[in-house]
Amino acid sequence: MLSISKSEEVIFTPELISQFNEIVSRYPEGKSKSALLPILHLVQAEFGWVSSEAMDKVAAYLNIQPIEVYEVATFYTMFFLKPQGKYVLEVCRTGPCCLVGAEKIMKYIEEKLQVKEGQVTEDGLFSWRGVECLAACGMAPVLQIGPEYTFYENLTESKIDELVENLKLTTADKPAQNS
Amino acid sequence: MARKLLLEHINVSGINTLDVYRQNGGYRAVEKAVKTLSPENVLEEVKTSGLRGRGGAGFPTGMKWSFLAKPEGVPRYLVCNADESEPGTFKDRYLMTYIPHLLIEGMIISSYALGANVSYIYVRGEMMPQIRILEKAIAEAKNAGFLGKNILGSGYDLELYVQPGGGAYICGEETALIESLEGKRGNPRIKPPFPAISGLYNCPTVVNNVETIAATVSIINDGGEEYSKIGLGRSTGTKLISASGNLNKPGVYEIELGLPVEEFIYSDEYCGGIANGKRLKAVVAGGSSVPILPANLILKTINNQPRLMSYESLADGGFASGTMLGSGGFIAFDEDQCIVRNTWNFSRFYHHESCGQCSPCREGTGWMEKVLHRLEYGHGKMSDIDLLVDVAKKIEGNTICPLGDAAAWPVASAIRHFRDEFEWHVTHAKEAMERNYGLAHYADPLPAVEAVSN
Ligand SMILES: Cc1cc2nc3c(=O)[nH]c(=O)nc-3n(C[C@H](O)[C@H](O)[C@H](O)COP(=O)(O)O)c2cc1C
Ligand code: SF4
Ligand code: FES
Repeated sequence: MLSISKSEEVIFTPELISQFNEIVSRYPEGKSKSALLPILHLVQAEFGWVSSEAMDKVAAYLNIQPIEVYEVATFYTMFFLKPQGKYVLEVCRTGPCCLVGAEKIMKYIEEKLQVKEGQVTEDGLFSWRGVECLAACGMAPVLQIGPEYTFYENLTESKIDELVENLKLTTADKPAQNS
Repeated sequence: MARKLLLEHINVSGINTLDVYRQNGGYRAVEKAVKTLSPENVLEEVKTSGLRGRGGAGFPTGMKWSFLAKPEGVPRYLVCNADESEPGTFKDRYLMTYIPHLLIEGMIISSYALGANVSYIYVRGEMMPQIRILEKAIAEAKNAGFLGKNILGSGYDLELYVQPGGGAYICGEETALIESLEGKRGNPRIKPPFPAISGLYNCPTVVNNVETIAATVSIINDGGEEYSKIGLGRSTGTKLISASGNLNKPGVYEIELGLPVEEFIYSDEYCGGIANGKRLKAVVAGGSSVPILPANLILKTINNQPRLMSYESLADGGFASGTMLGSGGFIAFDEDQCIVRNTWNFSRFYHHESCGQCSPCREGTGWMEKVLHRLEYGHGKMSDIDLLVDVAKKIEGNTICPLGDAAAWPVASAIRHFRDEFEWHVTHAKEAMERNYGLAHYADPLPAVEAVSN
């Protein structure tokens, strides 16, 4: 069963609201519900995941029922319904990537981070999961990291080492604002 | 070197910017269309070109456009399908990343032909970098007067927006895509009504793939007649092929339709042969949904004719011995790959991606995944193989959208052509966990590479 976690109070800043307004302006009169997916992406980029409080606020903003937001957020795999690591390594696990070693890469990540798929490391920095074909099969194996969905291609174990170390350093330089 | 229409300038540095794109002839087609051609003229050129949809189904684009209803006072929409989620397919990402203005230019011409004043490009949400690239390109084009009100003084208005998806393969299906663009779950609609009559916001809508729309640029520049001379028979023009798997040079290639499969796989101009000096075992030629073929049948048809990269030649022999061009996702399997494991992987994918509306698809994909899992992990029974065939048959043709067929075909074709390998997984369950079956009788008819240079 899908479950949606609760969070602390969610505040949409005026900057965020003005981004919402710009998005709504892309659709015809009365069709602002079309803004739902882009808005959920912005919410997730801001808070790291999509809580039920955040969804209620999105519903209020778009003037739709909260259930209309829940049913959408639970349908699409990109939205995290509970808190994740600061960096979520999303590794492609579909056929073409497996032909050139994606399964080994996932195993290596699991051992390196010492957490199972979907769990968060103790320092709160990392989680990982397998995802379906990322339309990059020619550069396999691949992984992506949100919220900008930066791509890492032709993965090897040493590339994973390097990536994880770099992300740790980046975080040490600039402490996260929302953790 | 073969003719390139889409990727001709791909290596020009800065081609992703408006200035360089224009220096290389970019936006000439927009000028020509809005200043010298009527929307009907543009439609005629596209019809003459013989262009067929590049998203997978291969439906003639001109004909699709001519079905668009045009009731008075109702807006019409063009929606570009950039959901690209069919395993093995990554050409649209490539095109949008490196030459985004080609898509924008195609969108302007196509919207003009259809009489759309607002158009959307629906990009899968994971392609956030490509969304940024397109948004920047749109802003540049608008600044230069190619978008917005009264384009180049022609009186034609067009606004173009990029919409992100949320991570769901099914949203590549055109009616699911429309639902998603309306802010809903991506559940495919029952057809009819077709989008041409009632699509986005219940208005007449055309949905086309990225590559289809990009192809209209050279059709307008050089004329539909010229375009139709490229390619072979009813497979006109060029096609982007996404090549992946065990190849020396995986990547995106633009081919003239009609290129021999053997040349595509082995020549240095394209994939450069099978990686690590191994031999070819099988190919999925058009994205994960199309039937898998063993090496002997992908290189030659059942009548011993060379197999060509065209809609007709790949389909030669029907499902008994042929396959489909589909989206052009060309996945090569070397002699060490396990067909059972790959079939299980694909069926897990389809089960995961089924929207769940129809029971044959929802339940059937789950069953197939489960049975294939036990075959792969050494708990299978001989009767499981026929059970899979039976489940696949029950899904095929009994669902709202083609995802059901797409899930059934890979399983049915794998068993059709590689039945001995499935049986071996039952009779030699323990051994099958430790080693792969190998090439067997569907061997690569080409001689093994003798000397592998270091
Ligand atoms: C399950 C499913 C997934 C699909 N995914 C895509 C896709 O990612 N991109 C695409 O262009 N077409 C996809 N299609 C095909 C579209 O429904 C539609 O036929 C296509 O966008 C039409 O464009 P075209 O005529 O230019 O090919 C998919 C179809 C199905 C059934
Ligand atoms: S065939 Fe599958 S994906 Fe398509 S509508 Fe039915 S349940 Fe959904
Ligand atoms: S299978 Fe991994 S990116 Fe396509």
